[in-house]
Amino acid sequence: MAKISAPQVKLPLTGNDAAALAMKQVNPDVVAAYPITPQTELMQTFAQYVADGEVDTALITVESEHSAMSACIGAAAAGARTMTATSANGFALMWEVLYIAASLRLPITMTVVNRALSGPINIHCDHSDSMGARDAGWLQIYAENPQEAYDLLLIALKAAENHDVLLPAMVMYDGFIISHTMEVVQTLPDGAVKDYIGPYRPAYALLLDKKPFTVGPLDFHDYYFEHKRQEIEGTEHAPAALAEAAAEYENLTGRHYAPVETYRADGADVILVALGSTAGTARYVVDVLREQGKAVGLMKLRTFRPFPHREVADALGATKCVVVCDRVASFGAFGSPTFMEVRSALYEVPTRPQVINYIYGLGGRDIGPDLLEQAYGEGLRVAKTGEIKQHVDYLGVR
Amino acid sequence: MEKKKGWKEIPIGGLITEAGNAQEYETGSWRTFKPVLDQKTCNNCLICWIFCPDTSIVVENEEMVGFDYVHCKGCGICAAECPKKAIAMVLEEEE
Repeated sequence: MAKISAPQVKLPLTGNDAAALAMKQVNPDVVAAYPITPQTELMQTFAQYVADGEVDTALITVESEHSAMSACIGAAAAGARTMTATSANGFALMWEVLYIAASLRLPITMTVVNRALSGPINIHCDHSDSMGARDAGWLQIYAENPQEAYDLLLIALKAAENHDVLLPAMVMYDGFIISHTMEVVQTLPDGAVKDYIGPYRPAYALLLDKKPFTVGPLDFHDYYFEHKRQEIEGTEHAPAALAEAAAEYENLTGRHYAPVETYRADGADVILVALGSTAGTARYVVDVLREQGKAVGLMKLRTFRPFPHREVADALGATKCVVVCDRVASFGAFGSPTFMEVRSALYEVPTRPQVINYIYGLGGRDIGPDLLEQAYGEGLRVAKTGEIKQHVDYLGVR
Repeated sequence: MEKKKGWKEIPIGGLITEAGNAQEYETGSWRTFKPVLDQKTCNNCLICWIFCPDTSIVVENEEMVGFDYVHCKGCGICAAECPKKAIAMVLEEEE
């Protein structure tokens, strides 16, 4: 473990408290947001910080999430460090504007408290909201618990603002399961966060730059493609920027954040892949099964965009069967989003493992150790026989 | 033909970093109807100059002398606003 250079304070925080505290310590110039369950308490807490004068932030209470993201874009283009947060249908209402934030290269940082998209209407966790926007040009990072919700928001902000990247970033955590669950969180002093993120240096700023320029003009067949190519280049610089921001954070806190994280995966015949809070349950199941002499492990996927395909291939290449668990369906696709990405990442691995997919937990359906044991059981059967009965299956549906 | 720049040579995010570059864009080819001035009727009130959305009314020595046909889109606002009815909108192919 790295030497810890900042004094830390342990606080009991929910995921929403942790994200609100991180926002308070960032002290952004502008926050534009609209309340939606289960993000509401995050914004309520942050609004209290504003009301109490604990931050200098201009809080814009808009009439919709489409307006929230639009106001964020205006503020960021003006030269302000800008943050927001949302969930589910509010996130969906931001859709077209998400792409504009990325294409204007504005490093807005947003917390997404994962909640199932309607319909039927539901307020509980799945990843259908953020997964749908995986091609919007944002960095996407999934937090497992309140500690990660706090840490990853700071790391994401620093990487997004890196001038080699200049892309917006969203940090996800599971609605209710994490947003409303209190855990002990190690927090940094305000000054340490301020020093870590540094002063905001916008790449361009309508209100600060002396020379006039135009933001968001028409861009036809003659240059649109070139601007998209630049945006792709920004994404390609993101892994290095995230690694740099994470390394600096590790020096500060001792906590290590890589795009993927394995648990007891050495020599495992089956490795289960999970995002978010499910990784915690899976770690417990790995211990239970290892105790029974079963060679199983876990790979937690933390960064979804840009997809860490090399790290995934390295983590999974030597195993026999990979079981990809995703809390989202991609209707009409061959498997869920993470299944497609993981399977593609393994295509050129000489010892290519077999890959099966489980879709679970839609609309907040509980995912307990029994269901993950069932998934591991099928993985062990595939590892032994080499025979896949069904590539895509479901956990916990009647 | 002008060689267009590659992705490494242009400002990020589609920014236009020089002011007033709409002048380089020839919008006159969009026109269906063309404004034509009857100089004898015109009293140089310059209401057309105030209303023209494309700054395509050419004024010299405080007198209306004609149109910038490179940029005039043929919207007809000048003809509609002219109190003396000194501007006629004529189909391009009939001109």
